[in-house]
Amino acid sequence: MIKVDKVSKYFGGVKAVDGVSFEVEEQENLILLGTSGCGKTTTLKMINRLIEPTQGCIYIHGKNIMEQQPEILRRGIGYVLQNNGLFPHYTVAQNIAVVPNLLKWDKQKTEKRTAELMEKLHLDASYLNIYPNELSGGQQQRIGLARALVSDPPVLLMDEPFGALDNVTRSKIHAEFKALDELKRKTIIMVTHDVQEAFELGDRICLMDKGKIVQSGTPAQLLFNPVNDFVKDFLKHQRLQLEFKAIKLIDLWELLPELNKEAKASSFDAGTNLWEALESFKFNNGETINISKDQNQVKTVSFEQLMTAFYQYKNHQAHE
Amino acid sequence: MNEQQQTLWQFMQQQAGKLQEQTLQHIGLTFISLCIAVLVGLPLGILIVRKKQLSGIVLGIAGVLQTIPSIALLGFMIPLLGIGPKPAIVALLLYALLPIIRNTYTGILGVDAAVKEAAVAMGMSKWQILFKVELPLAMPVIFAGIRTATVINVGVATLASLIAAGGLGEFIFGGISLNNTNMILAGAIPSALLAVIFDLLLSMVQKVSFKKLKRVVYAFPVLLIVLCLFYIIPAKSEGKLTAGFTPEFMGRQDGDLGLRSKYGLKIHTIVISDAVMYKAAFEKHLDVISGYSTDGRLKAYDLVVLDDDKHIFPPYYAAPIVRDDVLKKFPDLEPTLNLLSGKINDSVMTVLNYRTDYLHQSPERVAKDFLVANKLWRPERGGNDGIVRIGSKIFGEQYILANMYSMLIKGYTDHEVSTKTGLGGTKICFDALTNNQIDFYPEYTGTGLLAILQASPEIINEVTVNKDSTYNYVQRQFESKYQIKWLKPIGFNNAYALMMRQQQARKLGIKTISNLKQFLDKK
Ligand SMILES: Nc1ncnc2c1ncn2[C@@H]1O[C@H](COP(=O)(O)OP(=O)(O)OP(=O)(O)O)[C@@H](O)[C@H]1O
Ligand SMILES: [Mg+2]
Repeated sequence: MIKVDKVSKYFGGVKAVDGVSFEVEEQENLILLGTSGCGKTTTLKMINRLIEPTQGCIYIHGKNIMEQQPEILRRGIGYVLQNNGLFPHYTVAQNIAVVPNLLKWDKQKTEKRTAELMEKLHLDASYLNIYPNELSGGQQQRIGLARALVSDPPVLLMDEPFGALDNVTRSKIHAEFKALDELKRKTIIMVTHDVQEAFELGDRICLMDKGKIVQSGTPAQLLFNPVNDFVKDFLKHQRLQLEFKAIKLIDLWELLPELNKEAKASSFDAGTNLWEALESFKFNNGETINISKDQNQVKTVSFEQLMTAFYQYKNHQAHE
Repeated sequence: MNEQQQTLWQFMQQQAGKLQEQTLQHIGLTFISLCIAVLVGLPLGILIVRKKQLSGIVLGIAGVLQTIPSIALLGFMIPLLGIGPKPAIVALLLYALLPIIRNTYTGILGVDAAVKEAAVAMGMSKWQILFKVELPLAMPVIFAGIRTATVINVGVATLASLIAAGGLGEFIFGGISLNNTNMILAGAIPSALLAVIFDLLLSMVQKVSFKKLKRVVYAFPVLLIVLCLFYIIPAKSEGKLTAGFTPEFMGRQDGDLGLRSKYGLKIHTIVISDAVMYKAAFEKHLDVISGYSTDGRLKAYDLVVLDDDKHIFPPYYAAPIVRDDVLKKFPDLEPTLNLLSGKINDSVMTVLNYRTDYLHQSPERVAKDFLVANKLWRPERGGNDGIVRIGSKIFGEQYILANMYSMLIKGYTDHEVSTKTGLGGTKICFDALTNNQIDFYPEYTGTGLLAILQASPEIINEVTVNKDSTYNYVQRQFESKYQIKWLKPIGFNNAYALMMRQQQARKLGIKTISNLKQFLDKK
C-alpha cells in the first residue's frame, strides 16, 4: 500500500532522515516511534510531500508520489497535526468542509457527511456553527480528525495527534480511536514519542534514532526480541504494562484452560490485548471473562488464569 | 474665550462653502493616495513574503521614503510631475506605502505555521492559501497598517495645499501667514477631527470578528472608492493663463481680493506654496504668480514684476522692530541697528537674495561681504554685557538681515548675540517678540499694517497712499498697542507683486496689471 524506499532528507549538513525504508500494508496502523529530533515528522511529511526527499522514492498504491501533482496527492491523504491546525477564522462546519469544497462536493453531500462524522466522534451538532477557539483541546482534536476523515481518504497521516492532551482525555480518545470503524478501514501512519501510545494503537512500530530505523516489527517483536540495547532501553520504562499491551489474548489461547462459556461474563475477541482484558476486571470474587476465537470457540477464564498463562508465555519467549 | 469661539464659528459659517470644498478635497486626497497605496502595497507585501530575498530592499526603500521630510518630498515631485494633485497624491502614496507593505508582510508571516501547514496538507493551492487563509488571518494586522497610513495621510495632506492640490492646508497656511487664528483653526480642527474619526472607524474595523470579516472585506473597498470621489480634481484652466497664489495672498485685501475688486481681474487660480511657486512659473506650470519684489528668484528665473498701476499693494518697507524695554535696557542698540538704514535698496536686496537663494551662498557670508563693501564691518569686540536675541522669519532675506544685525551688534557694542532664525511666519515671529522670547526682528510696514494690526479697509485706503504715511501709522500704533518701536527703514520695499516670465510678458505685451486684465478679457 505505502512503500518508503531508501528515503533520506538532509537539511544542509543535518541528516534528518537517513536511508529509511519501510512498508505499510492496507488497513495497517504503523507507528513511527522515537525520541525528539530523530526524524519522525520529517519522514511523515515526505509522504504527502510537505517536504521533498533528498534521495529515495515513496510509492502509494504502487505509484511514485513524485509523479503526481502535490495538491491532488494531498487531497487523497488525511493529515492530522499535533496542535490541530484548525482555521481560526472558519466555523467548525467550514473547517470540516475545506476538503469537500476543494473536491467540489455539493453542499448536501458535505452536510450529510459532516453530520455523520460529528456523531461518530461524539461531537454535539450545536458545535458546527461556532469557532474552534470556543472548544476544548480534546474537542478541537476531534474536529481535526473529522476534517481529515471527511472525504474518506484511504491513507491517514497523524503527527502526534494526541500529544497536546492531558492523560485522562488522551486515554479516552485512544479508546474511541480504536473503536472507530472509519479508522479500521484506513492505512494509518502515526508519529509519537509515547511508547505506551505506540503499543496501544500500533499494529507495527518503526523505532527510529538519529534519522535511521533501528528496528521495525510488532510490539511483541520489539519487546521480546530487541535487536540491540537501544531498543531494550527504549522499552525499559513501565515494561510490564508494555508487555500486557504487546500480548494479545490469542497469543495465550493454547495456555488457557478449556472452560465452558459463562453467560453473565463480559466477552472479548481474541485479538484484544491482554492489558485491556485485565483492565476490565472489577475484582469481584470468582469473576471471569469470555474470550471468543473465530466466532465459535469460547473460553471462560479468571484473572489468575490469565496471569498464569502470561508468565508461561513469557518463559516460553525467553527460552526460544 | 467665548468671543473667540463665536468668531471662529462665524468664520466657519461665513466660509462654509470653502470649508466644505477643502474638507472634501482633503478626504479625497487622503483616500485616493491610500487606495493606490493599498493597491501597490498589498501585492508588494505579498511578493516579499514569497520572495524573502527582496524584503530587505523593498522595506528599506519604503522606510527611507518615509524619513524624507514631507515638504522636501513634495519639492522633489515638482520637477517630475509639476504641481497640483498629481505630485501630492504620489507623495502621500509614498508615505502610506511603508505601513501597508510592512504590515502585510508581518501579518502574513505571523499566521500560525500549523494553520498554514494544515492548508497545504489538505491540498489547497498557493493562491487558495493566500486568499482563504493567509490574507484573512493577516487582516487585523493589515488593517492596522492601513489605519496608520490613513492617519499619516490626513496629516501630510495639509501640506498638499502648498503645491496647489487643495485641502484644509489652504486655511491652515493662509491663516498662519495672515496671522488669522480663526482661519488656522478652521483648517486645523477639521483636519484633526478627520484624523480622529478615521482612526476610530478603522480601529473598529480592525477589531471586527471573523464572523463579520467577510462583509467588511467587501464593504471596505467600496467605501474607499466613494471617499476618493470626494476629490473633485481642481478643474484644469479653461482660460489662457494660470495663476499660482500663496494661501496668504489668496486671503488678503492687498492680494487676490484687491485684484478682483480693484482691477476686476479674473484668472484661473490655484493655491501654491511660496517655496515652489517661482520654479513652477519658470517651468511654465504657472503663468502669473504672486511674489515679492526683492525675491532673488526673480533674477534667477528671469521673471518680471508687473507694474501695480492702481496701487493695491501697500508698501512693505523693512525695518527692525524692537520692544521698548529692550531699547531701555540696551541704550546703544538703536544707533547700532540704524547703521543699516537707507543702505539697501530694492535691486541691492534682490541681488543679495539671489546670492543666498539661488547661488546657495551662506547668509552669513553674504551679510559680511555687504558690510565690508559698505565699510560697516568691524571685528567682534567679544564683550559680555548682556545678550541681545535676534529673531527672523523663515526666508533668506530675513536670515541675511539677522546676520548683518548680529555682526553689527558684536562689532559696535559689548553685547552678546543669540539668533533665533526660522521662526515660521509673521504670527510666530511677532508672538515671540511680544512674549519676550526674542528682542527684535526685521518686519515690513505692510505686514504690520495688515497682518498684525489688521487695519480696517478705510484705514488701509487712507494710509497706503505712500510709504511714509504707512510707516508713520504702524509706528504710532505699535507704540501704543504693543510698546514696540519701529526703527528707521532699511531702504528696500519688499512688496507683493504679480510677476510673469519675462519672455511671455514681452510676447503678450503685458507690462502692468491692467494690461494683464485687458489680455484676459479679450476673448
Ligand atoms: N526545516 C528544517 N530545517 C533544518 N533542520 C530541520 C528542519 N526540520 C527539521 N530539521 C531537523 O531535522 C531533525 C529531525 O526533525 P524532525 O522534526 O523530523 O524530528 P521529530 O522526530 O519529529 O522530533 P519531535 O519529536 O521533537 O517532533 C532535527 O534535528 C531537526 O532539527
Ligand atoms: Mg515531530
